[in-house]
Amino acid sequence: MSLQLDDITLTYPDGDGRVTALDRVTLHVPAGTVTAVVGPSGSGKSSLLAVAATLVTPDSGTVTVGGTPTGSIGRAERAELRRRRLGIVFQQPNLLPSLTALEQLQVMAHLDGHRPREVRERAEELLAAVGLTDQARRRPHQLSGGQRQRVNIARALMNEPSVLLVDEPTSALDHERGAAVLDLLARLTRERGTATVLVTHDRAHLAVADDVREMVDGRLTAAGPARDAAGGAPYAPTPELDSASDSSTATC
Amino acid sequence: MFVAWRDLRFAKGRFALMGSVIVLITLLVGLLSALTAGLARANTSALTGLPADHLSFARPPAGQSVSFTASSVGERQWRALAGRPGIESAQPIGISTVNAEAGHHTAAVSAFGVRPRSGLAPGETAPGTAVLSQRAADDLGARPGDRVSLSGTTLRVSAVAGDASYSHTPVVWIDLGDWQHVAPGGQRAGERATVIALRSGGGADLAAADRAAGTETRTVDGALEAIGSYQAENGSLQLMRGFLFVISAMVIGAFFTVWTIQRSGDIAVLKALGSSTPYLLRDALGQAVIMLVGGTALGTVLAALIGAFVPDSVPFVMEPLTTIGPAVVMTVLGAAGAALSIRRITAVDPLTALGSAR
Repeated sequence: MSLQLDDITLTYPDGDGRVTALDRVTLHVPAGTVTAVVGPSGSGKSSLLAVAATLVTPDSGTVTVGGTPTGSIGRAERAELRRRRLGIVFQQPNLLPSLTALEQLQVMAHLDGHRPREVRERAEELLAAVGLTDQARRRPHQLSGGQRQRVNIARALMNEPSVLLVDEPTSALDHERGAAVLDLLARLTRERGTATVLVTHDRAHLAVADDVREMVDGRLTAAGPARDAAGGAPYAPTPELDSASDSSTATC
Repeated sequence: MFVAWRDLRFAKGRFALMGSVIVLITLLVGLLSALTAGLARANTSALTGLPADHLSFARPPAGQSVSFTASSVGERQWRALAGRPGIESAQPIGISTVNAEAGHHTAAVSAFGVRPRSGLAPGETAPGTAVLSQRAADDLGARPGDRVSLSGTTLRVSAVAGDASYSHTPVVWIDLGDWQHVAPGGQRAGERATVIALRSGGGADLAAADRAAGTETRTVDGALEAIGSYQAENGSLQLMRGFLFVISAMVIGAFFTVWTIQRSGDIAVLKALGSSTPYLLRDALGQAVIMLVGGTALGTVLAALIGAFVPDSVPFVMEPLTTIGPAVVMTVLGAAGAALSIRRITAVDPLTALGSAR
């Protein structure tokens, strides 16, 4: 099960004209791999995620999630697809303030018509996988930033998605915690066979990716594998992109 | 209801505040409803308790409505109505408010004059006797066998029965012939009465009967509007109740509008995670209904408790219709107000969940 975006073009209205956010973008993410997308602010990374998450319908091109083409399905079917096939790790944890860590995961199953009790074991298992067994009964305001982000990741995996979309997961974390979160994502991707798209501006974390793409002015270019297949050398970013990312904010 | 229940527990302060408003409005509506029903009963129970389905008035002049004050019907008219096909019974009733005296006690009472064996009074009436309603007996300190004077005409109390009341005065049932002496104004001399109580089998052509008898017939409920004070009094109280219902629906709608705006970020996240809009609407409406049912139930219980301690002298009727009825209306209108406000859930864009603004 994979994610496939073919020849995607997306434009937004801008005054009298339209601005192109994605320009004939093609991306194929195989199951069990992480593809990182890097690029400066405003380059179209978030638009790419929005299209992949079926939250925005592109002007042209096709999006296939886990073998299901999304072009001709309605709003309710898209919501169902997001529930069952897609996991989204938001840039901010976006946890619901009234729910405990455990309930943040259980609500995913409830959205899909399951009783929270039926999925308790799986939710506890996922919390254990992200190292939060002892925090299961805590609400977001009782958790640290890193713990909230780990709940965010566990929630995205709750319905066993075939595609995981990860939006700047380390922007609110310090370097050490950010690295731990990315390692966790990479490990879970391989263990669970998801196709993961990681949008990030932090080049120090690209080593976890199997493939790295650059997004510049709405166009996606191949930047090569994150590590050299023979020696495991880390991905070397382009100087222009590096300086752009240094000056960028968390938003992409 | 997964998120809704937890929101209710988590945001206790906000929901407790709104719940208190619902409790207080329900309490106010409940007390006002009981008072409205009590005042209506004090105004009309003598009429609504009659074993009749229609009342016939003297036809008023063109452009005027029927009224108990102006109506005066004669023997020819009730005989004409009694002879119409489908009319089982047509009995004259004389109605007037008079001063009553018994010993050192005086009271304003409504004298209802009926014919012997008419079946209209709760006890048997005969010339020279009076059947007092319980409150009339209490106000006059009279018991069976005592003598009471109505506008100078002395009558013997034959019985104390019923609790009929008319125009906020207790009813004294007397013989129609005696009433014709007691009624103020000399115009009632002779075989006259105020209205005619009809019992029809349902097939009677009342319009034709009215044309033949020179009367105007109303249902008993419709005839209540002909009591001068009833329409103004009842109309004012019902208007107040109506405003309270509307205000409560608007307050609840305003609360849920603000609440929905506050949690629009959470709604966007849930939508982005794959929640359907109907799921979110059910969740939010369920939350509103829980709060409404809880608030109105508590307000109704408080109204009933207060009603239990209201003295008998206050016209206050606590019945299922006056207690549960307003609570149901409050809940339905409140849910409608909430439904109007939570519909903005449909407009929340899940795309905002991907932003970093939250």
